[in-house]
Amino acid sequence: MTPDLAPPAQHFWSRALANRSFFVGFIITAVVVMMAAVSYVWTPFDVTELNIAGKLKAPSTLHWFGTDHFGRDIFSMIMVGARNSIAVALVAVIIGIGIGVPVGCWAAARGGFLDEALMRGNDIIFAFPALLSAVMITAVFGPGAINAIIAIGIFNIPVFARLARGAALALWTREFILAARVAGKGRALITAEHIVPNMANLIIVQGTVAFALGIIQEAGLAYVGLGTQPPFPSWGKMLNEAQTMMSFAPHMAIVPGLAIVITVLGLNLLGDGLRDVLDPHLSRERT
Amino acid sequence: MTLVLTRKLLWAIVTLIVASVVVFLALEIVPGDPAQVMLGINATDEAVEALRRSLGLNRPPLERYLSWISGMIVGDFGKSYTYSVPVWELFIDRVTVSLPLALLSLFISAAIAIPVGVYAAARRGSAADTGIMAISQLGIAVPNFWLALLLVYVMAIWLQLVPAGGFPGWEAGVLNGLQSLLLPAIALGLPQAAILSRVTRSALLETLGEDYIRTARAKGLSRRATLWKHALRNSMIPVVTIIGLQFAYLLAGTIIIENVFYLPGLGRLVFQAISLRDLIVVESIVMILVATIIIINLLVDLAYFWIDPRLRRRGAR
Repeated sequence: MTPDLAPPAQHFWSRALANRSFFVGFIITAVVVMMAAVSYVWTPFDVTELNIAGKLKAPSTLHWFGTDHFGRDIFSMIMVGARNSIAVALVAVIIGIGIGVPVGCWAAARGGFLDEALMRGNDIIFAFPALLSAVMITAVFGPGAINAIIAIGIFNIPVFARLARGAALALWTREFILAARVAGKGRALITAEHIVPNMANLIIVQGTVAFALGIIQEAGLAYVGLGTQPPFPSWGKMLNEAQTMMSFAPHMAIVPGLAIVITVLGLNLLGDGLRDVLDPHLSRERT
Repeated sequence: MTLVLTRKLLWAIVTLIVASVVVFLALEIVPGDPAQVMLGINATDEAVEALRRSLGLNRPPLERYLSWISGMIVGDFGKSYTYSVPVWELFIDRVTVSLPLALLSLFISAAIAIPVGVYAAARRGSAADTGIMAISQLGIAVPNFWLALLLVYVMAIWLQLVPAGGFPGWEAGVLNGLQSLLLPAIALGLPQAAILSRVTRSALLETLGEDYIRTARAKGLSRRATLWKHALRNSMIPVVTIIGLQFAYLLAGTIIIENVFYLPGLGRLVFQAISLRDLIVVESIVMILVATIIIINLLVDLAYFWIDPRLRRRGAR
């Protein structure tokens, strides 16, 4: 058999792009991210500009997705809202990974009472769904995007901690880890040099799933007024404003909802595709 | 087995105690004086102080925590600042909306997902399986409150089959009550059904690959009998885990859905309490929901022993 001499990155992309889930998910995610990035320099209309004369217009060539009850262009609001959804969900994932993975690795490396205590601590956090955390944080500090990030981020910590602990426990029994221990390396060094790099694929895949869930959670919090506050557009807030206009301007609710569904679908497909590409063994087990 | 059960029960109690401290401390650091907020900026210092005394706000935090938690154990959750009635009464009044809603949506989720998941697993790789997987992938991406808005538009505004929102109360008849909860329950239950059907399918597929399934088939048992008698029960652990998690999620999820349908449940109570800074209501309702989630997780753990006799034997050893 001819050895595969392609560089790892090139090898990854050739396999990834041949995977249908990854390809579709990647395209959708890339479009949403680009839309958010472009909104920093350009939107078809100013999202803060009110135009009462042109309110509640149905989709047209001028306003692709129509206008809202203040005459604002819904397409422009979707573009700017994407920034918010991505930022909140992404930072929440970073919090989850940044705290959860070290906690999980630490628990697996030390074992015994510390492992038990850390995992029970996880159970306590797990008893607070993001929505309840957000309710408490809002009751104390008032609503806002930062509080949404904290609430979703806290929810993500035990998810990543459990995942990292499970993966690390399995890795600690492997021969190459034993070899590293025989070579005199400490637990912390082994974790940093061998355990974490070997679980990176798993964390990346879970990261995309948590990112997708974070988009829905952020929209939910904004919808009930606990997340991003006006006048900054957010998909959840747009749905909230659309609620009383449903009977005469259904496009106001349909468009932001579709934006959420397509983004989440794209991220889920990307996660599925990544799992297939990065961990073919897991993928076979799953199907 | 008794040892395992006792250990799980003790951990659940410890978790409850720590969670109660978290809830209490979180709302303890609230900026501003609740008494001042309730009486407004024009209130005299004497009036604010009198209210602080009557609410017990001038007692040390530890004393207040102990009195709050010991009250909760005997069902005394304190008195609402704004409604001037015991929180327990408010809770009972509202939970009669939220709990049936969560249970109905869980029923809808399981009633759809389990048969669909079994069907997809039994016909793995067929067009039906692929279709079910594609629809469930889409279902997972749909936020329940958006589905709720669409259901209101189609079923209430367009077809006028059901009311768009509100709740007539159970005294208007069980059927009327259930009719008001139907759309919210569908909106909550359908996205969960998408997740549960995928879990059911993959758990069943894993079980169908086991040796004892091959033995059952080799004995001459039909595919259908093997599936229903042997495979399904053995694949129930992940399904029950997800159902347990979903119930906890649905109970918290009612907070959002109640706002779409203007249902007078716990969710709306919490939001009204936040805006009125009625912190005792917020802290008690959050604590009750968190306690419910911890108890559900414990029950799910215990359900494993009922489903899988091997765990009972392992636990007994």
